[in-house]
Order: sequence, then C-alpha cells, then structure tokens
Amino acid sequence: MAGVRTPREILTNRVAIVAVFVALAIMLTPIYWIASTSFKPRNLATTIPPTVVFEPTVSPFVKLFTKRSQLREQPTQEEYDAAPWWEQMVFDGGEKVVRNRRSGEVTMSGYGDRFTNSLIISIVSTVLAVSMGTLTAYGFSRFKVAGEDDWLFFILSTRMLPPVVVAIPMFLMYRVVGLNDTHLGLIILYTAFNLSFAVWIMKGFIDEIPREYEEAALVDGYTRMQAFFKVVLPEALTGMAATAVFCFITAWNEYAFALIMTNRNAQTAPPYIPSQVGSGLPDWTVIAAGTLLFLIPVAIFTFLLRNHLLRGMSFGAIRK
Amino acid sequence: MADIALQGITKKFGSNTALRDLDLEIKDGEFFVLLGQTGAGKTTTLRLIAGLEVPNSGKVILDGHDATNWNAAERDVALVLQQYSLYPRMTVRGNLEFPLKSRTQNFTAAEIKERVDRVAETLQITRLLDRKVERLSGGEMQRVSIGRAIVRQPRVFLMDEPLSALDANLRDVLRVELKKLHSELGATFVFVTHDQVEAMSMGDKIGVLNRGRLVQVGTPSEIYARPLNTFVARSVGTPPMNLLDGVLKGNMAVLDAGKFSLPVASPHGGDGNRIRFGIRPEDVVLDDNGPASARVFDIENHGVIKILTLDIDGTHLHATVSAQTQVHIDDTVRFSWKPEKVLCFDPSSGRNLGLG
Repeated sequence: MAGVRTPREILTNRVAIVAVFVALAIMLTPIYWIASTSFKPRNLATTIPPTVVFEPTVSPFVKLFTKRSQLREQPTQEEYDAAPWWEQMVFDGGEKVVRNRRSGEVTMSGYGDRFTNSLIISIVSTVLAVSMGTLTAYGFSRFKVAGEDDWLFFILSTRMLPPVVVAIPMFLMYRVVGLNDTHLGLIILYTAFNLSFAVWIMKGFIDEIPREYEEAALVDGYTRMQAFFKVVLPEALTGMAATAVFCFITAWNEYAFALIMTNRNAQTAPPYIPSQVGSGLPDWTVIAAGTLLFLIPVAIFTFLLRNHLLRGMSFGAIRK
Repeated sequence: MADIALQGITKKFGSNTALRDLDLEIKDGEFFVLLGQTGAGKTTTLRLIAGLEVPNSGKVILDGHDATNWNAAERDVALVLQQYSLYPRMTVRGNLEFPLKSRTQNFTAAEIKERVDRVAETLQITRLLDRKVERLSGGEMQRVSIGRAIVRQPRVFLMDEPLSALDANLRDVLRVELKKLHSELGATFVFVTHDQVEAMSMGDKIGVLNRGRLVQVGTPSEIYARPLNTFVARSVGTPPMNLLDGVLKGNMAVLDAGKFSLPVASPHGGDGNRIRFGIRPEDVVLDDNGPASARVFDIENHGVIKILTLDIDGTHLHATVSAQTQVHIDDTVRFSWKPEKVLCFDPSSGRNLGLG
C-alpha cells in the first residue's frame, strides 16, 4: 500500500540508497578526476596528495586547441600586454602559441579535426549498423530463412575473437584498396563490428512485436515495406535507440583500429589525445581537457535517448 | 460482396500438414462459421483466404477469379483478430483511418472523416475517437477492430475468434451486434471459432474442421440434427451428444451398459450388428415406466434446465430435464429416449449410417 511502509521496507529503502551512493561514488570518481584535472594549472595536476582546492583555469583548453612551441626567451612586457588573455595563459606556462608568419593567424591543433572525425565516423557507422541490423533482424524474425540458426550463429561468431587479432590483415588489405586513413575505411570497420550486435539485439525486439500488427496492415492494403515502416518501425524504436547507444559508444571509444588504420585525415580523437603528451613532460591537464570534451557527445546522446533506454536495456522484458 | 471458393487446398508448415485437400464454397452474403478445435486448421483457412498464406496446392477463388497468388492488399478483405489487431501508438481515429489512407484507396480527407464518423456512430465508439488504443478496454478494442474492418467496405470480412478474449456478457452483446451488422452490410462473413454456441447462434452455415479436413458443411440445424459422424455429433450441443455402444436387434437397441433394450425409430447398420447409438441429452427422458434405469451421478442446475449425469455401471450419459424435476444425487431413476431422435453410427469409422 502506498504511503504506509513497514520498518522492513524502510530499511530496504535505506540500504538501497546507500548502495546507490557507493556505486555512484565509484563510477563518478574518474570523471571527477578528469574534470578537475582539466581545470588545473599544470603544476597542480600531479601533486601528491592531490590538490582538491585550486583556482580553476581554462588554460588546458586553450592549449588543447592551439599549436604551441617552447619559449626560447621570455616575451617582452609589450608583447605580453598586446596578447589576448588566452595567449597570455600560454606564455604563463612557458610556451607560446604558434602563429602563421605572414598572416599572424593562430595555428590550431589537430584536436578539433579529430573530434569532428570521431563524430562523423561514429554517427555514420551507428546509423548504418542500426538500420542494416534492424532490416536483417526483421528478415530473420518474419521470414523463413534456410539455415537461420547457422546464419545467426555465424553473425555472432564474428564477435568471438578480439578484433585486434585481425588488425594486421585488415591493415594490409586496406592499404591495397586504399582505405587506409579514410573516413570510409573506419566507417566500414565499425559498422561491421556493430552489425552482429545490432542484428541480435534487434531480433529480440522484433520477435516481441506481434506479427498481427503487420498482417493487419497487409490486409488493409499496404505493402510489406509500408507495413514495416508504418507499423513495425514505430514499435521497434525503443530497441533501436538502445542498440544505437551501444553501437555509438563502441565506435566512439574504439582505439586500436583507429590507431593502426589512421594517422591524419581520418584519425579519431582516441588515438590523438594520448599523443598530445606535450613538449617535454606529459601535460596531463591538456589530456584531461581533451578527454572531458570527448565524454560530452556520449553523455548528450544517451541523455536524449534516455526515455527509450530504460525500456530498451531490459531487452523487452517489461514490455506489456 | 463476394463468393469464396477453396479448391483442393493443402497447406503444410514444415512436416506438419495444417490443411489436407480442402474444398469449401462460401456464397456471397453468407455468414459462414468455421468450427474446430485448436490446431484444426481454422485460422490457416482464414489466412489463406486473406492472402497471408500461400497454399502448397489448390486454388483460392474470389468471385470467380483465381486469387491464389494475389497478395493481401489485392484481395480486398478485412480481418478482425482475437487480439493485437489494433495499431498501438495511434488513436482510435488513427486506426480507423489507416485502411482508408493506403495507396490502394483514393479518398479525400473529407470522405475519410465522413466514413470514420459514420462507422464510429454505428459501433457507438464516437466518444473514444481521440483516445489512444492502449487505454481501451477489451470490448472497446474489439469494437474498434470491427470498425476498422467495416470502414473500408471490403468484399469479405474475416474474423478469427474475435470474441474469445472477451468476458461472457460482452461476448453476448457483441455477438448480437455482429449478427446485426452482417444483415445491414449484406457482406460475406467468414467467422472462425472453437465455441460451438457461437457457431450455432451466428452462422448461416457451419463448416466443421478436424485435423486439417473439412468434415461437414451445413446449416446449424443440419449439423445439429444430421451430423455426418460422431466427431461432428460431439462438436455441437451442450452437453454433447451421448454415444452408447450396443447391438441393433430389429428396431431395438440393446445397450452394452445394463443390457437395456430401447426402441429405435429408423434403425440403420443391419440387424445384429454392433452400433454406436447417438442420442442428444434433451432427447433422453426420465420416465418411471422407462425400460432403462441408472443412478444419478451428478446434477448441474442451470436455472431453466437441469443437466443430469446418469451412471449405468460406469457408463455415463447426460440428460437434460426441466429444472422442476425433483431428483437427488444417488437416486435411481428410470428413463427412456425419443426413438425418432436416435442416430446410428458405425462404431469403427464413426460414420452416421443413417446418411446413406
């Protein structure tokens, strides 16, 4: 009964709250660490014990987006005063922002491009994997496919070995066909990874959608394709959202293939961030800033799909 | 409006044969009921007519045209299912409009609205039009399903146990409404059910299916009074027809149970042969001078009538008597039967020997 709770229920509730806090603490600590480091001045980033109270600075972000070089000599007071606030920050760190000799324009670091690459490759491969996976799953779910179980097992078996195992052969093949360091190359790879997952998850969801819906539409004068788009797809959206989140995270976080297959044009953020150890000692604040920004798209994506996720993650178990 | 004919239909699902060499004719405007148990092939028959299944052999003829290879959309039929037939995430109006918006139809927005409103009025669901279908009760959902079927004015209505998921009162109400709808629309209805009461009360014609074969087609009274075999005999009537083994001697049935001799008005099957005698419970009469006696094993009081289960040395038979009849469990009663109502069946094949 709502409102009236037994002592036992109150206790259970408290235990649950404590458990949630413990879990949150464990999961949020690394994120706190990244976030706090990305606002620290460089000299406080690696202190032992860790500095908790400090005056936050955005200099790591300035450094993240600009190309810098070591200062050979201190800038004159005039030079320093003439520089904008963000350039002064770089001077304060013993570095200077690299500018074009003729135009004087600031040279940007590669982070922005790599971030854009990550977005393009992850989004396109997610869309491809989810849409192809949904169609394949629909086929397996609704039609008699000769050797259906074998096919499904085969699709799943592509996940049975660590992907890195095939990295070298893939690299050699990609070199021959000219897919090395291209967006298309990584998109194909990530789509292939995620497709097996998408097929299996989506099959579970589509199996749960009663056939009667489509059959009613077929009888009502619609084609199989129209019935799929008008009746099945709206019902499958929840599952597609959940699948999309998983696929997006996999593609977004992928490191090994991105490291091997790309170096400039199509390089994604994951292999780029650790390569920016800075001149001399690694600059952890810049790495933390790059990582923090890198977390944001996944957070936004998951947040946008949160309503679908709760139902989706339970794989249809609580579907009415 | 359409005649439907199925010719030599066989349908297999893997190694399982759902329908064997089925021939069936349904006339334009008929209310045809397919009666059978689960797995008898009723739904498969319906789906074949709808175009949702393709037969392994045989033809589906609609209005004289071979429609075997037509898809569902081309056949212009409407389907009402037991459940799950409404499109979720749409309002009632959305569901009713859906068939009118398909590419095979050409309606203006005004025509669609007019038709939907008229159908909603017919089925008394106007007040539900803007509601989401998830928030309807079972009876309301079925009304909407029926509405979605009639809004398009198809040539055939196919209904797959549309009332079985509803509670008893609602079932009675909708049964009457469906019947009324049928006479108003004058369209061909094919109605699948396992419920013999529905079949008897609604059908112009009944087709009894058993394990993929059509056993008998006839009007409800034909099916009831002249069943082709013991299967059909026991498919209709509550409680079902009593079947008693015995030997035919002249025009007397000598029952194995109790060795009672009872008269048979039209004996079939040959003198001295073993016969399975069929008698409906309402044709068993309690009679103090009756030739047979039995112990009252059970009494079910249905208000207007009482259904007695009589026990003759372990053989049970049912008798329907007026509720005023005073009997008690374990009483010994004497009974007879109406000799003109007795049917003679072949004990091995179950065939009704009286039907040539």
